[in-house]
This record gives sequence, structure tokens and C-alpha cells, in this order.
Amino acid sequence: MTRAVVRQGHVAAAAPNIDMSTRLGSVGLPSPVLTASGCAASGRELDQFFDISTIGAVVTKSIMLEPRSGRATPRMAETPSGMLNSIGLQGPGIHAFLERDLAWLRERGARVIVSIAGGTTQEFEDLAKILRDHGGFDALEVNISCPNVADRGQVFACRADTSAAVISGVRRSTDPSIPVFAKLSPDVTDIGTIALGCVRAGADGLSLINTTLGMVIDVDTMRPALAGVTGGLSGPAIRPIAVRCVWQVRDVLPEIPLIGMGGIRNGSDAFEFILAGADAVSVGTVVFNDPSAPARIQGELASIAAARGFTSIRDAVSHAHRDPDPEPGDEGDDLPLPEWV
Amino acid sequence: MPVQVKGEVVSVRRAGRYHVLTVTAPGVPELARPGNFATVAIADLDSTGLILRRAFSIHGVQSRGIYGGTIDLVVADTGPGTHWLTHRRRGDALDIVAPLGKPFALPRDPVSCLLVGGGYGSAPLVFLAEHLRERGCRVDVILGASTEDKLFGALEAKRIASTVTITTDDGSIGETGLVTDHMRAAIDRAGTDVVYACGPMGMLAAVAGIASEAGIYSQCAVEESMACGIGVCMTCVLPVIGDDGVTRMLRSCVEGPIFRGDRVRWADVGTIPPDTLGAPDEEGRSR
Repeated sequence: MTRAVVRQGHVAAAAPNIDMSTRLGSVGLPSPVLTASGCAASGRELDQFFDISTIGAVVTKSIMLEPRSGRATPRMAETPSGMLNSIGLQGPGIHAFLERDLAWLRERGARVIVSIAGGTTQEFEDLAKILRDHGGFDALEVNISCPNVADRGQVFACRADTSAAVISGVRRSTDPSIPVFAKLSPDVTDIGTIALGCVRAGADGLSLINTTLGMVIDVDTMRPALAGVTGGLSGPAIRPIAVRCVWQVRDVLPEIPLIGMGGIRNGSDAFEFILAGADAVSVGTVVFNDPSAPARIQGELASIAAARGFTSIRDAVSHAHRDPDPEPGDEGDDLPLPEWV
Repeated sequence: MPVQVKGEVVSVRRAGRYHVLTVTAPGVPELARPGNFATVAIADLDSTGLILRRAFSIHGVQSRGIYGGTIDLVVADTGPGTHWLTHRRRGDALDIVAPLGKPFALPRDPVSCLLVGGGYGSAPLVFLAEHLRERGCRVDVILGASTEDKLFGALEAKRIASTVTITTDDGSIGETGLVTDHMRAAIDRAGTDVVYACGPMGMLAAVAGIASEAGIYSQCAVEESMACGIGVCMTCVLPVIGDDGVTRMLRSCVEGPIFRGDRVRWADVGTIPPDTLGAPDEEGRSR
């Protein structure tokens, strides 16, 4: 297949001298930049704009057991520096996904993190078993936090016990060599507690964050703008919330692999997540603005980290959590202090 | 296969209530077919809160000339994004992704074609008419709008079509009424074999209905709100009946924007019909 991307004025700079490889549990990736579930379908469309085998991994749109039509339209509303979506997990079901999408991704040479979603703990387990028997992917992301469901009580990630029930079922049903990541919602009182619950239930890592629940009312029709009334808010508008969640979870769980996401536009935004504690980042909504964004951000991130003296991107992970820099006077104990201090 | 290119504004000219942007888009004219669309990013992400690209059907292409390849887009200034676009000046940079979507299917034989456009929905129809004429097709055109200033492409249509009928809701120009009021007569007069339509959803539903009643094939270019335009976001879906008789929620950006008029469930647009593949059951749960 030929790829015909013409980006004039986008002159490739000399590759910065930095090791961009990262680890998500047992899986090593050549780059920390991933797609975000639901913003890249199964990679095929974006591969028209950049080679998807060159980024860290493709995180596929959450797949369910059966084909699913999703919610009625309108499903989208643009908001300041963001958007609301209310797709409702439209998809072809696991079997069509394995045959059409996963097979294509493997053939293409992409690393694949499969996102799964279910209405019940059993559905998650069934999906994990089908995937275990099929193989051909690198990690699982368990979407327990999709906000676009009929009943808010169905959002497993709102409680530690329901989150843990799904995660332990999936972990049990998955090959031990495959890392299981729990994708969490920011719409909770204490995300650290939920994260801890997931890790105790067997999660190898956490994906932070899913969209945050929002709503827009059309002032002309004077009705909700979305057919589903509420939707998930994504884009740069939620980035500070996402960075906060990564920071808080990193504080509680210093060693656990984290994938950070939420409103990343460029390499600088991606670097912010890494400083907060993310081992990898997913780029989502920005793809709707720039379909080449994952490849662009990967290059920008390398330059930014290298410019700050890092020779490995892994050394930058959690760097914002480091001990306070010594006060100018602290290391000068041997120096005679001026009389007037 | 779409390309993403840095284009440059060559000109912005007014056409009634609309603006026609001519933009360089290297490589696009050679690939673009009538019915394809382009998306444009609004400013750059450091300076804008508008993160979604805007989609426009391609009105025309010029593959040669002093600017190299250019495309023409018709823009209605209806919100902050399109307002920004209509205020671009010659030389301004624009991020373009094109050509997108499936184009109109063209007949193999020189048949009689009726093109129906509503508002600036007529933007792709002159481009289409040129291709149809090249194939020796007869082309008749009906263009309508609520008022004269919202009519688009009438002069260009007159250059290329055998007959052009103009309608406005208020009678400010042409016949008073709707485009569909004149379809039956146009079909009978021209012996129409196929109808091509682009415009608001209500108009498309009516056009598809009249074509079906007349026993002829119709191709409709739908306008659904989109976030990505490239097939990843699942925003722009509508219920369409497949060759196997099953209704699916199809993406208008990649499976459209051109659909067979007899396959779109026009009355159900905006809903998930209960017999759609994967539709939720009565309790709202997925089956």
C-alpha cells in the first residue's frame, strides 16, 4: 500500500538522540505514544496518514461480544477546546473484530492493545476468554468507564468493588503474559481508591482517563444537543483533570504502569503526562483535528525530552514527583555565610 | 485515498449568502471525484478552541494553472469556525484533508440525469454535471433555496445543463415553491434515468421518494454532523439498508456521503430503528 501524505512546510528535523522505548508491565514498546480507544477505530483509517506500525501501539475501539448499533444521533457537540460524544459503543462484535480488524493490524505489523467493554462482569470475562483463545495482541485495556450507558449505575469504574470484580474476572480469563489495564473514569470522589482496588484485583496497569460526563443544551431548540442527553467530554478542555488523575494515582501506586490520556495536542502536552507519572500516553480527540497527530506528537515528544537532557524517555516518567530541588543555601553549609543573614 | 496537505488560500469570493474559497491542495485535484468532500482545520490548536475540522463538498478542481492544483469549497458563514474561514485572505495557510468519502456513482452509458440541489447543497452538482456531460449524458438541473441569496450555482448550471429550473420558497427568483414540486415534470420531459441530489435531509427524503415512485434510481449526498470525516469517530451515522436487507448505522463520511436514495431510512434518521443490527432492546440494553 502506498501512503500519500504530503505535509509541506513540515521539515523533518534530525532525529533527537533519545531512547523512546517504554514498558507496560511485561510488554516493551518502541515508543510511549499510543492511539486512544474510540479515536482510532482499528487503525486502518489512520494508516492512510501515517504508518501505524511506527507508533507505540494502536489501542482499538472498545469491542463488545455482539454487534451494537450505538446511540441515536446527534452524537456529538463541539464545546470550548473539546467535544462531547455519545456514541454508545457502536461496533461489529468480537468475532467480526477478530476476523477483520485484529487480523489486519497484525498483518500491518502494528502492536495492539485491545479495548473490551461489557454490560456485565460475565461479558468482560467471555471477551477475555475469546481473546485468550485467539491471541495476536499485546495487552488488554478494560473499559469499565464508558459514560454513554443508559444507567449511571452501569459504570463499573464509579466504585472500587465493581471495578475489582470486572478486573479480577478478566485477569483470571487472560493469559498471564498479557498485561491487563483498567481504564478509569475521572468522575469519582477519589480515583486513588478505585485504582488501588483494580490493582489488588490483578490489574497490571491503569489507563487514565476516560471522558468526563458532560452536557450541552441547544439554546435555539431549547433541548439537549445530544440525543443521548449526556455525553463524554474530551479534548484539551479536560487535560488538567487528566494530569491531576495521573499525578494522584502515581502518588498512591509508585510502581504500577500508567497510560495517561486526556486532551493531548502536541509533544509538550504528552511530556506533561509523562512528568506526572505516565509510562505511555494515548492521543485521542486531537486525531479528529489532525489525523497525523500520533506520529507528529511522537516526534515532538522526543525533541522536547531530549532538549531537557533526557537520554531515555523512561527517565522522565514521574519526574515532576521528584524531591524538591535543594534550596540555594542548603548545599552551601561549608561556605561562610555573610554576617547579615 | 485522502491526503493531508498544507494549502494556501488563492481567493475568497462572495456568491450570494455564501463564500467560495479557492485553495491550493497539491495532489487533490487528480484524486477528487464529484461527491467527494474536503475537511479544513480551523486555525491552529495553540490559538483556537475549535478542535473539529469543518467539512465541505468539493465544488470544483483545477489541476493545472499558475497555482498548481486548487480546489473550490463553498462555505456558509453559520458559526465561529466557518466565520473564521470566510475571513481568510489570499496567501493564508489552511490544513486540508481531501478527497474524502465515496463519490457519486457515474453511469456507464449516456443516460438522462436530473440533478437536484437545495441551498449550497448544489455545490458539488456542477462538478458532477461536467463529468456526466463528458460521458455524453443529458443533464437537467433543478436548484432551490428559501430566498434568492441562498441560491447557489444557477449561472454555472445554465452553462452546462439542457434545462435549469429555479425555485425559491418566497418566489424572489424563479418559481415559487420547492424543488420537488418540479421533479415529476422534469422527469417526464427529459426521460430521466437517474436522479442526483444534494441538500438538506428533508429535501433528500422527498427527492428519493419521488425518484422511487417514478421507478428510477437516485443518489443522495447527505449532510450529517461529523467530528473526524475519516471514519474513526462514529458520529455521522444514519440507518441504511444493505444489499442483504439488514439495516446498519453507516458512517456518512466513509460509507457515504453518497447513498442510494432507496436505501436510506429517511424517516428514521436520528433514531436507531428497532430492527437495526445491534439495536438495543426495549429496556435500552444491547441485545
